[in-house]
Amino acid sequence: MLKIGVPSKGRLMEKTFDWFGAHGVTMSRTGNEREYSGAVEGIAGVELVLLSAGEIPRELSAGRIHLGVTGSDLVRDKLADWEVQVAELAPLGFGHADLIIAVPDAWIDVDTLDDLDAAAGAFRATHGFRLRIATKYHRLVREYLTAHGVADYQLVDSQGATEGTVKNLTAEAVADITSTGETLRANHLKILSDGLIHQSQATLYAARGADWGQAGATLRALTQKLGVSLPEGF
Amino acid sequence: MTTKPAIRAEAERLYAAFLAAGAAPVDADILLPADTMLDLYGEDIRARAYVTHDPLRGEMMLRPDFTVPVVQAHMAHGADPARYAYMGEVFRKQDHLGPRASEYLQVGFEVFDRDAPEAADAEVFALFADCLHGLPLRAVTGDIGILMAAVRGLDTTPRRKAALLRHIWRPNRFRALLDRFAGRAPMPPARAQLLERLAKGSPSELIAQAAPLIGLRGEDEIVARAAALIEDADAKPIAAPAAALLYDLLNLQAPAQSALEHLRGITPLLPAIEAAVDRFATRLEALKSRGIDTAALPFEASLGRTTMEYYDGFTFAFIGPADLPPVASGGRYDALTAVLGQGKSIPAVGGIIRPNLVVALKGAA
Repeated sequence: MLKIGVPSKGRLMEKTFDWFGAHGVTMSRTGNEREYSGAVEGIAGVELVLLSAGEIPRELSAGRIHLGVTGSDLVRDKLADWEVQVAELAPLGFGHADLIIAVPDAWIDVDTLDDLDAAAGAFRATHGFRLRIATKYHRLVREYLTAHGVADYQLVDSQGATEGTVKNLTAEAVADITSTGETLRANHLKILSDGLIHQSQATLYAARGADWGQAGATLRALTQKLGVSLPEGF
Repeated sequence: MTTKPAIRAEAERLYAAFLAAGAAPVDADILLPADTMLDLYGEDIRARAYVTHDPLRGEMMLRPDFTVPVVQAHMAHGADPARYAYMGEVFRKQDHLGPRASEYLQVGFEVFDRDAPEAADAEVFALFADCLHGLPLRAVTGDIGILMAAVRGLDTTPRRKAALLRHIWRPNRFRALLDRFAGRAPMPPARAQLLERLAKGSPSELIAQAAPLIGLRGEDEIVARAAALIEDADAKPIAAPAAALLYDLLNLQAPAQSALEHLRGITPLLPAIEAAVDRFATRLEALKSRGIDTAALPFEASLGRTTMEYYDGFTFAFIGPADLPPVASGGRYDALTAVLGQGKSIPAVGGIIRPNLVVALKGAA
């Protein structure tokens, strides 16, 4: 059996079902609406596993599922050396969101990472601690800021309502995903002009560490049907 | 796969050599309070060290290196001068699959001595060279003190010098700042727009127009930085010849003796580096008297510019296979002891050897 992990609810699930449906693979939930079980038609040997989108990177990494659909932001943030652990089969063209760095609109002196860095240096000297950036994307944000040589900041964890952290005085800036920017504007935050860390979208991944013995043939049949090419190493 | 007992035995051999060189043994806890490390190294250390939580002592860290505990032990109850040796595990998270270990032994030697820093530099390097003698390693030396002296001597505003010095250990950002201060990189468009608006209205007015001010960073801080930006816009660019000398210095790589001649040659153009170049010359003499061939010894002016070490003088590394970290590395870190000593500073130089890599090289030989 080839196990494919798909987000268990909401628009991400519906859009995933639509995408596979358009390629002749019909996915559906079975049982009552609270039961997390599903069915796949149009191809033999594929089992649907409904999971939280946030857990799909981990399941791919562990090889408990062969394929998985989740945001590219989550894969890159949760998996170290993600390219070694998973292969990208296809971007699916939905679930677009940008991971960005934003600061208060009233910071007229800050527009770039260069400004943020200078403001962080002065902030630390004034307040005695490093400028706090609230995020749940620790790896991506840290790698980005390190690569750009930003100093004197610290990341503070925020698993939700991140845009509110500045007003609540638990952070000075935020790094979060946005699609329209409306929540940021409503919370008096602006995006740095070079603050785009990653453009995320829902993506179909294959787990390099899964047992492909039996599932290999199914993968070839499935990729042919979906019109995507097999990545290197499969 | 190298066996653990062989690594332990190699570590013991190196440790004994350090003790025989007059060092006092120091022990350090494996579990260290995280706050000092986080304050010193910031997010860089969070990415590299294992951080855990203690119900009573808060955030703790598995020892990522010995520098902080050894300096703290010295500050608390050390003799002056002092030499220390240590041996123990350090723990580093590895974000990439590969041959780099996340738990390995380090053996180190540190000298805290105010009197003759260049002699102490040479003592440490010669001791390491002796301990690693016969292995297929390339020794490299550097001196961040010369770079820092060159920056301090630039004909530019104190603010620009401070910005460059703050980023001396972040080569990319340093380069970007230098490009801008030297007029090689254009001003970001948003900065130009802001300066235009600041020419017409006060910073406070612009803040009030922009949005409600939220967060801990106050209006006074924004106004102060706006004033700094106006001042910076009026500053003349660093003159092209001076900037060229600095770019040249950043990239200087030559045998140590030739590097000294080159530096002597440019000192009339960059008088601020004279004292640092004198110290470099003194160090080369001290190395020579310890039997090091300084005519062949490689010198790279930018060696050791990394945020996890904060070297500010002599640096060195013994480099083996390219895909592995240096087998040994070290340098002078006076500025770091000043930060840890809260004003009290102690000139310090030292380094570490990774016995696992020594054993791997011996096995391959």
